[in-house]
Amino acid sequence: MDKTVEISRRGLLKAGALGGMLVVGFQWSGKARAAAMPASLAPNAFVRIASDNSVTIIAKHLEMGQGSYTGLATILAEELDADWRQVMVEAAPADAKRYNNLMWGPTQGTGGSSAMANSWKQLRQAGATARAMLVAAAAQQWQVPAAEIAVAQGKLSHASGKQASFGDLAALAATMEVPKEPKLKDPKDFKLIGKQKLPRKDSKDKITGRAQFTQDVNLPGMLTAVVAHPPRFGAKLKSFDATTAKQVKGVVEVVAIPSGVAVLAHGFWAAKKGRDALKLEWDETAAVPQGTPELVAQYRALLDQPGAVASKTGDVVGAFKGAAKVLKADYYFPYLAHAAMEPLNCVMRQDKDGVEVWNGEQMQTVDQAMIASVFGIKPEQVSINMLYAGGSFGRRANPASDYPMECAHIVKATAGRHPVKLVWTREDDMRGGYYRPLYLHRVEVALDAGGQLLGWRQRVVGQSIMTGTPFEAFGVKDGVDATSVEGASDLPYAVANLQVDLHSPRLGVPVLWWRSVGHTHTGYAVETMIDEAAKAAGRDPVAYRLALLDKHPRHAGVLKLVAEKAGWNQPLKAGKKGEKRGRGVAVVESFGTFVAEVAEVTVRPDGSYKVVRVVCAVDCGIAINPDVIRAQMEGGIGFGLSAAMHSAITLKAGAVEQSNFHDYPVLRIGEMPRIEVHILPSDAAPRGVGEPGVPPIAPAVANAIAAATGKRLYDLPFKLS
Amino acid sequence: MLKLSINGKTHEVDADADTPLLWVLRDELGYTGTKYGCGMALCGACAVLLNGQPTRSCSLPVSAVGKGKVTTIEGISGAPARAVQAAWQKLDVVQCGYCQSGQIVAATALLAQKPKPTNADIDAAMSGNVCRCATYHRIRAAIHEASAIMAGKASDKLEA
Ligand code: FES
Ligand code: FES
Repeated sequence: MDKTVEISRRGLLKAGALGGMLVVGFQWSGKARAAAMPASLAPNAFVRIASDNSVTIIAKHLEMGQGSYTGLATILAEELDADWRQVMVEAAPADAKRYNNLMWGPTQGTGGSSAMANSWKQLRQAGATARAMLVAAAAQQWQVPAAEIAVAQGKLSHASGKQASFGDLAALAATMEVPKEPKLKDPKDFKLIGKQKLPRKDSKDKITGRAQFTQDVNLPGMLTAVVAHPPRFGAKLKSFDATTAKQVKGVVEVVAIPSGVAVLAHGFWAAKKGRDALKLEWDETAAVPQGTPELVAQYRALLDQPGAVASKTGDVVGAFKGAAKVLKADYYFPYLAHAAMEPLNCVMRQDKDGVEVWNGEQMQTVDQAMIASVFGIKPEQVSINMLYAGGSFGRRANPASDYPMECAHIVKATAGRHPVKLVWTREDDMRGGYYRPLYLHRVEVALDAGGQLLGWRQRVVGQSIMTGTPFEAFGVKDGVDATSVEGASDLPYAVANLQVDLHSPRLGVPVLWWRSVGHTHTGYAVETMIDEAAKAAGRDPVAYRLALLDKHPRHAGVLKLVAEKAGWNQPLKAGKKGEKRGRGVAVVESFGTFVAEVAEVTVRPDGSYKVVRVVCAVDCGIAINPDVIRAQMEGGIGFGLSAAMHSAITLKAGAVEQSNFHDYPVLRIGEMPRIEVHILPSDAAPRGVGEPGVPPIAPAVANAIAAATGKRLYDLPFKLS
Repeated sequence: MLKLSINGKTHEVDADADTPLLWVLRDELGYTGTKYGCGMALCGACAVLLNGQPTRSCSLPVSAVGKGKVTTIEGISGAPARAVQAAWQKLDVVQCGYCQSGQIVAATALLAQKPKPTNADIDAAMSGNVCRCATYHRIRAAIHEASAIMAGKASDKLEA
């Protein structure tokens, strides 16, 4: 039924017998595209200017909603002086030699809010290089000095009246020498960077249904695979009977793979019906025995024992001996699923050269190596088409490459007979592990008679994310995984006596970074406890914090800005009869970006509550795309509110109890507060914004609820009544 | 063989009667703008219009569509749809975009019914559509913007 035609630069266009609807399954294939590339100016790996006057920017980072395509394009187009409308974005292939993340060494990938920070210089230089070559070409053609040529909005011009577009000069420019150290702009001359409303590059395709996600890939002869996974973490397949599954119309093959049993069929529905019809027996001898209550009990016992020291200054024991007042609280943070809107999936096909992958690809270099290991081929024989990801929040950057490996095993088990689209159902996704780890914290604070901080002791208990991964050497030292304690071990508040220690129990529940990683819990514990300390000292929470932030002017900067914009010093408007209202603040630095948020809540007589308004101030260095920054703060706040108000993964004897959005509720529109975002002007190098909006919101809301009701919340998600 | 009317065209499909409309649209007919998010009528990613009403295609067996007219994100048209898409673009609502076909279909249905919705109307009509990127703040603003566009206060043209 399917008909596949090659079209130039556009890879494979799948037309198919679709009732005359032609352009529906538009498939990018990096291989086909590279083969069909026309001659143009391509002075480096990041930009291509064609004679049709298009400027194509090659994005090495995944677009998963955070606006990376727009941001990367802005940086390069700025130095190129391109017209924003002529700029297109194309996904880079997997090639760490050219496209490594400069903050990750020799590894290509997206995460840690690093896309803008690591690309800043690289793309400015790439843009300036291309610009210089266009100018050189114009100088030669017009026989005028290069210094007399102006470039603006995609046009070169000379006082003599000569004019040319980028496209006119692309071919000649390609013959010019590539300058080594092209001159970069003075930031005061930026035209696109910092512009208030530069339209996103991915907007139109995403509002017309044309954007291509992995879920939408349809290759000729492709089968959809749905997999039966073990019911408990650590269980293994004992035996299976596929007789009934194979009777389902559309089912083609059933194969056992290391992670379960895969049913391959024409289309998702047949594959899922087939999967559900499997008769399975599991060997559960090595399964995780604990449920959440047992884990919590085990972790609680550890709270009483010293752990690996993450940070130690002064004499903490002495500080507590001399304290006039001691505050102490234990906190509970559950496992959390990323639950991105696009359930996990991956498309793969094997050919004589190796393997081609279509994926919302967040960690190319690791996935290449892991997939290659399944087939016994070289990593560079794994080519990857990086597609839009329907969210990720960290889940698609898995050092264990769980779902790409699963797809590879299916392709291998079927000897590459068909291209395979692996699709996890929502339930598979929710139960598939790689959660934000469950953590307990104990925080103790010693205050003097005036309420000043004398000592801070914090103990963290929770699984290490990095241990056992390729990132261990870089992120784990002396038994301390930096991502378990970040934000606490480097507590910004001035305290002479600080000790943070850590227990990292090992167990078979897979864990992973989850949007803003350690700050999801450390930010909460620190920012609610400092609020308690302010209260105990009888001080205003903003003033109390500011007094302790002398050495951290950027924390102080966003705190002052948010207080001003939120009207912190004016009384909060009273609620309706019986309602209690409160305002709370929190400030957290993560990934080099500083964010302060003020939340206003209304608590109703029945104990239900609403977050009515959130004011946010952010300092992320130079603001490349102010509107994207605002969007990420808004989205980060909403994402953080889901965790604060609703979501938790719990286990019963190693089996996940949740399965879909009815028992893993997430924020819906009616709960979304009004949000105002203020960006602090800065000339520091830009840092990321995908994650830093998340950490302050839960503590800001908790502090607001405490201000309204006097009740402190130590367990997430919140339960008020 | 079943006959289906999708975006004004008649399609013949050979699918089991219990197959949800979503998978017929996506896997048989190539209308991949309609997304799979939960399969349980919990998230709205799969929303299409059935005779103008927003409907979760993941939970509607294809055999139940009958002579109903199905409109997907690829086929939505008319003043409310144009206004919604223009407003979505103007305010750059999208982040990852995966939920947005469903959001746009739901918002279009709302504005077709109520050209001037209040915040409460919006929250009620859109509560079935999850956005994990939490673009809700802009969805609300964009629906008001679309309402203004429909009233002739701004253009409904999409930028290239
Ligand atoms: S996929 Fe249909 S409502 Fe979620
Ligand atoms: S835009 Fe990502 S889920 Fe809505």
